[in-house]
Amino acid sequence: MTRLLRHWLLILLAGVASTWLVTQAAAADAPDVAADPALEARVNALTAELRCLVCQNQSIADSHADLAVDLKNQVREQLKSGRSEREIIDYMTQRYGDFVLYRPPFKATTLLLWLGPALLLLIGGWLYWRSLKGSQAVASAAPVQGADAALAERLLGEEGDEPARRR
Amino acid sequence: MKGRARFFVPLAAFVALAALLAVGLTLKPREVPSPFIGKPAPAFTRPQLKTGQPDFDPAQMKGQVWVLNVWASWCAPCREEHPILVAAARQPGAVPIVGLNYKDEGRAAEDWLRRLGDPYQAVAVDRDGRVGIDYGVYGVPETFVIDRDGIVRLKHIGPLTAEDWTREVVPLLNKLKG
Repeated sequence: MTRLLRHWLLILLAGVASTWLVTQAAAADAPDVAADPALEARVNALTAELRCLVCQNQSIADSHADLAVDLKNQVREQLKSGRSEREIIDYMTQRYGDFVLYRPPFKATTLLLWLGPALLLLIGGWLYWRSLKGSQAVASAAPVQGADAALAERLLGEEGDEPARRR
Repeated sequence: MKGRARFFVPLAAFVALAALLAVGLTLKPREVPSPFIGKPAPAFTRPQLKTGQPDFDPAQMKGQVWVLNVWASWCAPCREEHPILVAAARQPGAVPIVGLNYKDEGRAAEDWLRRLGDPYQAVAVDRDGRVGIDYGVYGVPETFVIDRDGIVRLKHIGPLTAEDWTREVVPLLNKLKG
């Protein structure tokens, strides 16, 4: 029994040791993260706002495309050399246009993009209000008369005959 | 009248939406409009692929209309495009075509040109892709037309087809030269 236990313990130890070795090796591959976590956090925050142009629905932070990795390195280098986030965003838009920004700037060409949803909401609200008003007008303007009234009376009467259904 | 409007309004709305979506289908989201059109081509200095040649700088091209073609030997669409450039370079009175060899191996690139033909007046080597970034390159091949004053007039993303060349590039080159 103790022998088996010792056996398992050894395997466990070996497992832990190899995991540690692997993580150490991985850490050596990415020295920048280990070197300055604060810088890396800024790099990640900024590149998450930038669109990767190769795989357009991914941010540069998420993408592993060659260009995205290059651009991420650019961002890291520039932040390190003391450039501000604003300056780097300008650097990117100068080269790739507003398309790189996940948050497009508010300007004449993006007016519809920014205000479109509100505009649609207004139009929808207006249509809804109109149809509400319309149905109210119909309800009050047309009192039931004559044959219609008799029919209504009859149908209501029928319903009255079956009280169980009323609920 | 009111009943008719009831019928036509949803129909009109549907037609408008269908038209909008149909236009959307014809757009190419991969072709991001370049912010460089009408702006000076970014400056750079890079060694040439052929050894013994002086470094290439776009300023050397001032005074002539030229084409900058970003390519790499690892890029399959470049191979598709290449014969068009080779044929264009052979035309009498052809404008100079300069290659920017993007993130490539020198030997592989030289080999590629030897096998497939060399349409380039010069090939600048952009080993680390920094010049590519400065030109907003994101999908090789990309082709720029640059005028006498060094202003970017056209950017074509992706491989040029023979039709692109004759319809899009040649008229522009003639206009700029004329």
